[in-house]
Parts: sequence; structure tokens; C-alpha cells
Amino acid sequence: MSDSFPTNSVGLVTPQVHHFDDPLTLRSGKVLPAYDLVVETYGTLNSARTNAILICHALSGDHHSAGFHSPDDKKPGWWDACIGPGKAIDTTLFFVVNLNNLGGCAGSTGPASINPETEKFYGPDFPVVTVRDWVNSQARLMDRLEIPKWAAVVGGSLGGMQVLRWAISYPERLDHAICIAAAPKLSAQNIAFNEVARRSITSDSNFHAGRYLELGTYPKQGLMLARMIGHITYLSDSAMRAKFSKAVSDYKRDSSENSGRDLSTGKLSFGFDVDFQVESYLHYQGERFSKNFDANTYLLMTKALDYFDPSVDFEGDLAKAFENSPCKFFLMSFSTDWRFPPERSRELVTDLLKAGREVSYLEIEADQGHDAFLIAIPRYVDALSTYLTRVHKELEVNAT
Amino acid sequence: MRPDLEIIQQWIEPGSKVLDLGCGDGSLLHYLRTSKNVHGIGLEIDPENIQRCIGNGINVIEQNMDRGLSNFQSNSFNTVLLTQTLQALSKPDVLIDEMLRIGEKGIITFPNFGNWKSRLYLSSKGRMPVSKFMPHAWYNTPNIHFCTVKDFDALCREKNIKVLTRTVVDLEHQGSWYMKAWPNLLGEIAIYHITKETAE
Repeated sequence: MSDSFPTNSVGLVTPQVHHFDDPLTLRSGKVLPAYDLVVETYGTLNSARTNAILICHALSGDHHSAGFHSPDDKKPGWWDACIGPGKAIDTTLFFVVNLNNLGGCAGSTGPASINPETEKFYGPDFPVVTVRDWVNSQARLMDRLEIPKWAAVVGGSLGGMQVLRWAISYPERLDHAICIAAAPKLSAQNIAFNEVARRSITSDSNFHAGRYLELGTYPKQGLMLARMIGHITYLSDSAMRAKFSKAVSDYKRDSSENSGRDLSTGKLSFGFDVDFQVESYLHYQGERFSKNFDANTYLLMTKALDYFDPSVDFEGDLAKAFENSPCKFFLMSFSTDWRFPPERSRELVTDLLKAGREVSYLEIEADQGHDAFLIAIPRYVDALSTYLTRVHKELEVNAT
Repeated sequence: MRPDLEIIQQWIEPGSKVLDLGCGDGSLLHYLRTSKNVHGIGLEIDPENIQRCIGNGINVIEQNMDRGLSNFQSNSFNTVLLTQTLQALSKPDVLIDEMLRIGEKGIITFPNFGNWKSRLYLSSKGRMPVSKFMPHAWYNTPNIHFCTVKDFDALCREKNIKVLTRTVVDLEHQGSWYMKAWPNLLGEIAIYHITKETAE
């Protein structure tokens, strides 16, 4: 069966569920008495247990970052561009650990799980979890897998924030912190977009104060809108222009330069339905997402983003937060990312330098906006690959 | 290693912190780390050089010096290096101030435009010197702020910068007694070890 998969794919993968009985006290003060984490691992843990890499997922990601769940899967995991045999995160060198974070909707305990106390869906009763809580739960998973120290913790966007939190909360338990397209905290504009997304969901008449699953429904329109607005912020103006500039427009028939105004049906409708390709694309994206994602999880993930600010424990000085983090830092940003633009990564670099940390930073020219971190952009992937090859060499040197 | 780097590495204390502005492929920082246990960070803008730095395990930050160095704390490094880049900066004087704000000491190397070959070229041909050493035409050269040893000495005096050591070498980076005697005429590359003048 796996013959049909590309040779640089991890191939067919099977998630595993780990149950945890130790109550987890959350940042909010609430306690999660027990929970499941769904996990996928690729590659082999070496005998010294030193070659493990943790992948932290972003808002809509999960534990399935590479490979296929079935031979019929049309698409591989969300970061298959970078994870696999011979890829940047090389599964022939590293043992790659992925999990769906708490509050997620891909198998770990979250709002769409059954609350054992009530035997109903958690829904809105699932506590708000934060990046810190996720990292604490990831550390428990690490203990479960008997991994003393990560060779690297890697993540983009919200995943990059988990990487930073690892360096602060468990500084002795990782060698390298690889933080891609992230930010030290959200800006007002970032929070504003998240709030519009949340409002779209909560104002859907099918939301039912978050108890929609009990009623056998879900806020499809709200979730669609949330995803549509999110999707716009993940792409750049130039990426959208390029994506929807394939056909000539009605008014410029001799040119393919139409600013991304490809028409959906070839002519204007003079109505209020879809006219342009970008509109139908967003509808499609929203539609697809709403079928696969839980609305309460979306609310929760955006809150985790909004609340992220590790400097709060250090009088607002993020440099102080990193003072006791001996790990090495590698940061990358993308030129057209306007969700977490390069200056946000530069802020992080400044604080890391102030803290006296070892840091490397790359600014990748890329048209794809925030989504660039998911795409195999040559310079980006080469840098990640070269960096991790060096991480692996260090393991070998330390072993001798 | 490039011979000017061979000379300046002798001025760097073992175990010290070094910031290399325009670090190239990181070979100097790599050498300093392996031979002197130096903690180094390099600044670079060329993607291929940056990639080599990463491969060499050198901390490298993609940053254009012309946009300033305000992200570096004052007195956070022992030595700040600027090799063969001074003449390509938009505000070299400001950058020198920044080097000595960030580091206790600075090391600067630059091509000496006062060298007799440049003088001869300009006086005999009446045109901007072009050579194997300075291969660009005036309109496309990255080197927009050439200076001579005398010019640099004057800038150091104006800025109250103390010159700890000044060496000039030729393109083979050989020094000699006659270069020491007539540095501005015979030296092709100037190498300065500088620090802030302290009020004594």
C-alpha cells in the first residue's frame, strides 16, 4: 500500500491516544482532572533518546503533520512540505513528535469531547487553555515518552509561540528553539481580527451559546466567516493577486494583469452573488473548514493567541523571560507576512540579544504571506534543513 | 582564512564576546570559536553567506547595518568587527559610533584609497581608479565612501577615538618597515584596533 506514497513521505501513519490522569492546573486557575492527547510520531527514537523533535501546531493544525492516514487520502499532513525522509525535518535522523493540543478537535480532549462528569459534550464548559497550559501538557507527554530533552522544539505562528514558551518554562529541556513567523505577543490589529472571527461564530443562530453539539447542529455560517477573514490575513496582497490573475478580466481582455480580479463565471452578474474568483475561493475554504473544525475550538485557539504574552511575568520585559534559557534560538520570518510581519520577529531577536542568548535570524523573501511557513520555499526549507543537520551533528559529537 | 583576518584574530581575547558586522560565511567567527572559545554573533545580508554561517553553526542575524544597530545593547560585546565593509556603508561615521557603543573595542579594516597606485591612476589617467582590488566602475560600485589612512586618523581624532593599533598591509597582507614608515602611501589595506577615549 505504502508503495503508492512518494519516497520522501513518512507514508501511512497511525495516531495514538495517550490518556493522562494527573489533574492539570491551568493558567486560569481551573483544573482539568484528566485528558487525552492524540499523538503521531515519525522516525525512530535513538537509544540515547536524544534525537526527538517536538512539532507545535498553529491555530488550525493538529497532530497529523506528515504522511497519510489512508491510501485514499488526497492530502498529506499539514507540514508534509517540511517533514519526511530527506526533508528539512528529516525523519531518518530525528524522532518527530506531534500532538493535537488540548482544546483541539482532532482527537485530544476539547470542547467537542464528552465531559465525563456530565456525560455530555464539554462545549462552552471546556476551560480556556493558554499556550502555557499546552506546553505543560506537552511536557507531560514528553515524560510519558521518556524523552529527557528535545533536540529541538519547532513551530510556526501560534506554534512558534509554544516554542518560545518552552524556552521560558522548561529551559533545560530543549537544545534548540526554532520559532517561525511568530510574534512576542499579538498586536491590537491581530486581536481585532480574532474578535471579528469569534463574533462571527457566537452570533450565528446555530451557536446556541456553545451547546450546538447537544442539539445536533453547528454554527456553520459563523465558522465559515471566521475562516474567511482568517484566510485573508494568512495570504498577502501579492499572493492573492497572483492566485486570481490567471484569466483575463472582462475589461482588460488582452492582458493577464488584472490585479487578481479573475471572474467566477466570465462576466459580471450585476447582482450580489459571487462575481470574482476570490469570493468563491473564500467560500470554498470556509465551507471546507466548517465541516472539519469545531467552533468552540476556534474560539479557544484565538483566545490562546490573544492571551499569549510571556513578558507579563517579567514586568513587561520579555528579555528577562529569556535570561535563564540556555537553548539556542533560530527564528525566521517572511517578507509579505502581515499577520506576524518580520518586525515582530525582529522584536524577539532584540529581546533575545538583550538576554544574551545565542540567536540566528533569517528574513525570507516570499510572496505567500503568513502561509509561507507551510510552503516549501527553497531558501526557507534549505535554512531549516541546514540548521537541523547541524543540530544532528551536535548530537553525534555529544554522543562521542 | 583571509590574511587580514589572520592579523586581527590576534587582538581578540579568548572567551570574549564578538559581534562581526558583515560576517561573510562566518569563517572568522568559526575560527575564533574553535581556537579561542569566543562567543560570536554575525550580521550578514547575503543569503548564500547566511546559509554557510548556519551550516558552520555560527549565530547569524540577517540585518542590514545601514538600517542601524539599535537592537544591540550598549556594552554588550567585547569586540565589534567591521572588515572591508566601511567604504560600502551609507553612514560610516555613525556606524563607528555604534560599534563603540555596543563594544568595548572595535576592529575596522578598509582599502586605503591613499595608496600610491590609486594616486597614480587618478593623476595619470584622470579617472576613478579601477583595479583588480577595486574592480567596480564609479556608477555601480558598492563602495561609496572611500577614505585614506590620513582621513581615518582625522576622523578618530574628531571623534576622540583612541587608536590602539594601526597596521597597514599590501594585498598579500604583508607588512614591512617601509609600509610602517609611509602607511598612507604604501598600505593597501588599513587595519585599525580602536576604543573609546577614556577621560584620564
